[in-house]
Amino acid sequence: MQMPEPSAAILARKARIIERLRGALPADAVIDAPEEVRAYECDALTAYRCPPLAAVLPRSTAEVSAVLRICHEEGVPVVPRGSGTSLAGGALPTADSVILGVARMTAVLETDYDNRFIRVQAGRTNLAVTGAVEPEGFFYAPDPSSQLACAIAGNVAMNSGGAHCLKYGVTTNNLLGVTMVLMDGTVVDLGGPWAEPAGLDLLGVVCGSEGQLGVVTEATLRILPKPEGARPVLIGFDANEVAGACVSDIIKAGILPVAIEFMDRPCIRATEAFAKAGYPDCEALLIVEVEGSPAEIDEQLARIRDIALRHDPVEFREAENEDQARRIWLGRKSAFGAMGQINDYMCLDGTIPVSSLPHVLRRIGEMSRDVGLDVANVFHAGDGNMHPLILFDANKPGDLEKCEALGAEILKLCVEVGGCLTGEHGVGVEKRDLMEVQFAPDDMEAQLRVKDVFDPKWLLNPAKVFPLHVTAGRRAA
Amino acid sequence: MRPATEAELADILKGANAPLAVCGGGTRAIGALSGAAVQTGGLAGVRLYEPGALTLVAGAGTRLAEVEAALAAEGQRLPFEPPDLRALLGRGGESTIGGVVAANESGPRRVQAGACRDALIGVRFVDGTGAVVRNGGRVMKNVTGYDLVKLMAGSRGTLGVLTEVSFKVQAIPEAEATLLAEGLAPEAALAAMRAALNSPFEVSGAAHLEAAAAGGASRSLIRIEGMAGSVAYRLDRLREIVGPWAAVEGEASAALWRGVRDVAPFAGRPGAVWRLALRPTSALGPVAALQAAGLDHAAIWDWAGGRLWLCVTGASDGGAAVIRAGLDGHATLIRPEPGMAAVPVFPPEPAPVAGLTRALRARFDPRGILNPGLMG
Ligand SMILES: Cc1cc2nc3c(=O)[nH]c(=O)nc-3n(C[C@H](O)[C@H](O)[C@H](O)COP(=O)(O)OP(=O)(O)OC[C@H]3O[C@@H](n4cnc5c(N)ncnc54)[C@H](O)[C@@H]3O)c2cc1C
Repeated sequence: MQMPEPSAAILARKARIIERLRGALPADAVIDAPEEVRAYECDALTAYRCPPLAAVLPRSTAEVSAVLRICHEEGVPVVPRGSGTSLAGGALPTADSVILGVARMTAVLETDYDNRFIRVQAGRTNLAVTGAVEPEGFFYAPDPSSQLACAIAGNVAMNSGGAHCLKYGVTTNNLLGVTMVLMDGTVVDLGGPWAEPAGLDLLGVVCGSEGQLGVVTEATLRILPKPEGARPVLIGFDANEVAGACVSDIIKAGILPVAIEFMDRPCIRATEAFAKAGYPDCEALLIVEVEGSPAEIDEQLARIRDIALRHDPVEFREAENEDQARRIWLGRKSAFGAMGQINDYMCLDGTIPVSSLPHVLRRIGEMSRDVGLDVANVFHAGDGNMHPLILFDANKPGDLEKCEALGAEILKLCVEVGGCLTGEHGVGVEKRDLMEVQFAPDDMEAQLRVKDVFDPKWLLNPAKVFPLHVTAGRRAA
Repeated sequence: MRPATEAELADILKGANAPLAVCGGGTRAIGALSGAAVQTGGLAGVRLYEPGALTLVAGAGTRLAEVEAALAAEGQRLPFEPPDLRALLGRGGESTIGGVVAANESGPRRVQAGACRDALIGVRFVDGTGAVVRNGGRVMKNVTGYDLVKLMAGSRGTLGVLTEVSFKVQAIPEAEATLLAEGLAPEAALAAMRAALNSPFEVSGAAHLEAAAAGGASRSLIRIEGMAGSVAYRLDRLREIVGPWAAVEGEASAALWRGVRDVAPFAGRPGAVWRLALRPTSALGPVAALQAAGLDHAAIWDWAGGRLWLCVTGASDGGAAVIRAGLDGHATLIRPEPGMAAVPVFPPEPAPVAGLTRALRARFDPRGILNPGLMG
């Protein structure tokens, strides 16, 4: 992974920069001791690490603005950070950068049930947002599997999704407004508790901009009343193609499940060995969850059963009670943990048109055999967001490189069939150098212009999203 | 000018040296356009439609009616219920799907299914330099690079001319029904709607038409859609919340919502027509202000108060000053009243936001040829 050379001038001015930051923030909010900044040297993509110059942990929008003004004046790059759970290296520092962590900004600022929104400081964790409104029977819909740890700030930056986004959408569909600080310290409010933007939809472009346009300090989020109930079914098939066809038929029939999850045989076997959820030993299985009152659930599940039976499933298992429902989800929820037990793994996140599912799974199988690394597939089938897990051995020389090369080939395949490199994890540093597979020069240029406008000096979250050679001229300017 | 291909459009924009008025069918343009017209009607046709993947891709100049017919043939629809504003604006012609996107037009179902921009998953456009740009694609989940799809939705031709748009579509549910009450005061109606939306019963429309707009007693409408059994169940449960409202089903229900969607009550009515985006609990404020100022008006609330349509008659500025003063939201002038003074059509934005917006326009359209001045 190539990163830009740290600026010798900045490294040389470290003492002065720290002093200025200390002058603007409470003493405990500036961290520069080498052993302490190491806590910020990577996010969940641990293969890449680099301790930052310093880390700051402000408590308010005003403090964030003060930090950014100083860094802007000093020409110091800033890497915004939420909880550091990015799987794409989105929060990876450079040696000459200041990490700006919002982890201490966790307050609920306003809950408004009449207007169905909550306004929070951006460092609040995803689950704690739902936690704040749950007693009143509400929830915040986007639910990444990392929801216990990840911050709303990171969710907004990555436009994160979750298991239930088939029905409720991803972050951008549930985000009403943000307060954000530009690199020069200017505070802007985008959107608000009303439905439509007044002019251009700047909020829409900020969401998913991976911390490169501004530092989000507050977010206004739509909350929804909780459904009366939910129930999953598990359907096993003896071929991936058939499972794919069943997904398509369920969607076409107009049933709107909250989730349709897919696991292939390698994944089923690994999670069975680990979690013992009692899954059938078959080629492919689907977990389909629907919501509503008991009668509404029965009505939807009856239709799903009719559709599934037309595809000769090897198993159709309905949850008769809470405990069985939990067991149906158990294997899926422990899939990543199970993989981690047996191997090191790399989790891809490309999206494909649902109709290409069988073709793509077949090709991944062939590529995996050619390279000699196992790939297990677990993913959100309703929206085509794949999560191939490539298993490798970090202690075996050359294995990581082999794994990365296979990952790149799989992502190219996703683009080739009409999909994209990343459905919810973001580009970060991980997929940066593949961007040209998906975007022509003019496509990328249009995105770079947006960056030019929000951050003319290109100081925010450097070396992410775009290939370095594409941004070289701008970063030097 | 009516380019037949994206390449031809790119050549036109590269060679342009004067302002151009970008238009689809011209059925929903607002504000003043000047310069030679560039029409997208030649960039037409449904290019990809996969009902099993809920995906449709069409040329920006494709007629909206053609898109809707193709979807209906498979029992599907655009989730966001795009309005037909022709009668309201007194226009003829055919809406294009690109025009719907350029205006980010959404109807009553927005409360449940999201806006046009939420269903939009990909765009192609030609920017003001003549460069062809693609963003998003045909898949539902995509966070690769910056989301220019959202930026283009509602940009009204000021950043580029859309040439192709892709959507996530939805199945038409088998049943719909509307709970209807007549004669409620707006306070009570909006409170009932908020309560309905705060229930788990998946309301897909919540509108209140003042007596002056309903032509008789006021009308309050709450819609639910879904499988037949579920609709019946939710009707009952919602009545426990809002009271014993009447139920209207099937086509009669659909007709009620077409009226709300297209703002039909204001179609023949003289006056300036405003569209406000509001915090629902502040939705009565503008009407009270108009009343206090003694300005003749009629009101239709949609989205349980999140959207307010106002028709103001006989005010020299169309009611702009009264409506925009201290508004908890923002107001767009959709139809001026003949003879009224010129007022900004789009809501003024705070300085830092306006600065970003201006700078973006200058980057995408450096020569200022695309609908210049339209959105500020
Ligand atoms: C076990 C596991 C499961 C996961 N499951 C999912 C899943 O189901 N769905 C999904 O979408 N993702 C998932 N992720 C990925 C990750 O959790 C998300 O990307 C999450 O949104 C990151 O949030 P964070 O607070 O940890 O952000 P960080 O990792 O700290 O940062 C992520 C990005 O956001 C930027 N950023 C952080 N704070 C700000 C700010 N205040 N202003 C502007 N930019 C900022 C950073 O610069 C960086 O680019 C998973 C990760 C793990 C480890």
